[in-house]
Amino acid sequence: MDMIQEYLPTLIKSSYFLAAILFITGLRRMSAPGTARGGIVWAGVGMLIATIATFLLPDMHNMVLILAALVSSTVLAWVSGKKVAMTDMPQMVALYNGMGGGSAAFIGAMALFNAVDHLGGCQAGTIVDTASSHDCLSGVTMVFAVVGVFIGAISLSGSLVAFGKLQGWIDKRYTFPGQHFFNGIVAIGTLGLGFYLMKDLNANYIWIFFGLSLLLGVLMTMPIGGADMPVVISLYNAFTGLAVSFEGFVLQNEAMIIAGMLVGSAGTLLTQEMAKAMNRSLGSVLFGSMGGSGGSAIEGEMKEIEGQDAAIQMAFADRVIVVPGYGMAVAQAQHKLWEMTQLLLDKGVDVKFAIHPVAGRMPGHMNVLLAEAGVPYDLIEDMEDINSQFKQTDVALVIGANDVVNPVAKTDPESPIYGMPILNVDEAKNSIVIKRGKGTGFAGIQNALFFAENNKMLYGDAQDAIAKLIQGLKAL
Amino acid sequence: MIDGFIALYIFALAAILGFEIIRKVPVILHTPLMSGSNFIHGIVLVGAMIALGHADTTLEKVFGFIAVFLGAGNAAGGYVVTERMLEMFKPRKKKEDEGDK
Repeated sequence: MDMIQEYLPTLIKSSYFLAAILFITGLRRMSAPGTARGGIVWAGVGMLIATIATFLLPDMHNMVLILAALVSSTVLAWVSGKKVAMTDMPQMVALYNGMGGGSAAFIGAMALFNAVDHLGGCQAGTIVDTASSHDCLSGVTMVFAVVGVFIGAISLSGSLVAFGKLQGWIDKRYTFPGQHFFNGIVAIGTLGLGFYLMKDLNANYIWIFFGLSLLLGVLMTMPIGGADMPVVISLYNAFTGLAVSFEGFVLQNEAMIIAGMLVGSAGTLLTQEMAKAMNRSLGSVLFGSMGGSGGSAIEGEMKEIEGQDAAIQMAFADRVIVVPGYGMAVAQAQHKLWEMTQLLLDKGVDVKFAIHPVAGRMPGHMNVLLAEAGVPYDLIEDMEDINSQFKQTDVALVIGANDVVNPVAKTDPESPIYGMPILNVDEAKNSIVIKRGKGTGFAGIQNALFFAENNKMLYGDAQDAIAKLIQGLKAL
Repeated sequence: MIDGFIALYIFALAAILGFEIIRKVPVILHTPLMSGSNFIHGIVLVGAMIALGHADTTLEKVFGFIAVFLGAGNAAGGYVVTERMLEMFKPRKKKEDEGDK
């Protein structure tokens, strides 16, 4: 027994160390297609080891509460994660990410409340005991606790708003004049209170600070349009990582520090890549405005085409490029699309898929769906690789994509999306756009492609429209 | 005991590592990677358990309960969703790992 008592702390520390290594290895494996599937398992094993080790920590109380919260939440999240449709994955990532940020924020708040309860009981500038107690907070620890609450709370409420927007519960951008100025004041005020709180620790201030941080997350996310949502989710993912890392310092837990910071930096880089792909800086995503009715009106008429005619046009083409967008995801049309593609390939048509970096609601969203349907990697091309090939393409088939193929991004400096890199569908000899209705896209901007001379519109749900194309191809 | 400077070293090294790992990732893996990294910060669950395990007052217990609940959701949900996404990456025509360094 004494032996176990003696070596237990070392065993637990080793478990956390092992978990950190497994996380790093897992993330590394996940960053290459061949090993990606194994990567999540490595990371999962790390999580399991760390969780079990935590149960063995000495002086743990409230075991019933811990188990109740752990089991109920795990079951709920597991079931919801299993049941959710592939198309709804982005908002689930937003939701789970918000939960992590919230968890970090509550941990930080607990450390602060605990410090209030023990005011005067410890010398300034010292931390009593290690992981087992955070009764006394040193200056540095206090800074991390406060900043962790701030970032974690923003990630929680911001991710929930992002979830609501993607889920369609919040379908508007909420803007008012002077909004950024107002948000800036709230941000500075909140941080100011946070720093004041370190000097004059008081439970009321903690409540207000927590509340203001939550409010700030909502304020920051409400004015951001759906087109920018991928960047925002990625940013909050990085935020949660940082918050976890900081609270890890507060709790003196190395696994949290390393894993959190790993995600913090990886997430930041991912966010930058996405923003860059949209030719927007992070600042303009967060503080610029997007959408609305900016840009010049477009003259002309949209010409309709029947499924049969569209099928004939593609069947006799040498080269077809398919551009999938959110419309394909919503209609779950990826399987039908692959069926159609195979028919075209059998007829000797050269078919490629062109993926805009931010097509859909998350980067890589389209790749995941196409992979699900069984489309081989080598038919799928990134924007930079395929953009020069549209000129030699007979038919570009756009499926529920809008802003990412809108040529006004190249031509109209007045347009809010001016400067955003797009797929050069307008350069193809012909284009066919499958679209549900005549409305504008997610960003609310008129699309010049739809009015172009060599463009035809195939109206309908992506699934039905492609079914008609398949019918047409089979009839040939 | 991790003091401020050692923490600084850990922060910096972990940050550089995260940066390097993500640097040359193909677009195809962006969504799964975001989801996967989302799972990894689910380690916050461990911190939440420690915090609740040392909670005394009712307020702390309530906050700790919420923290564990949220953290477990992050970890469990993050895992399932990532696994489902990566399930799509079954080796098919045996293509070489383009993102491998």
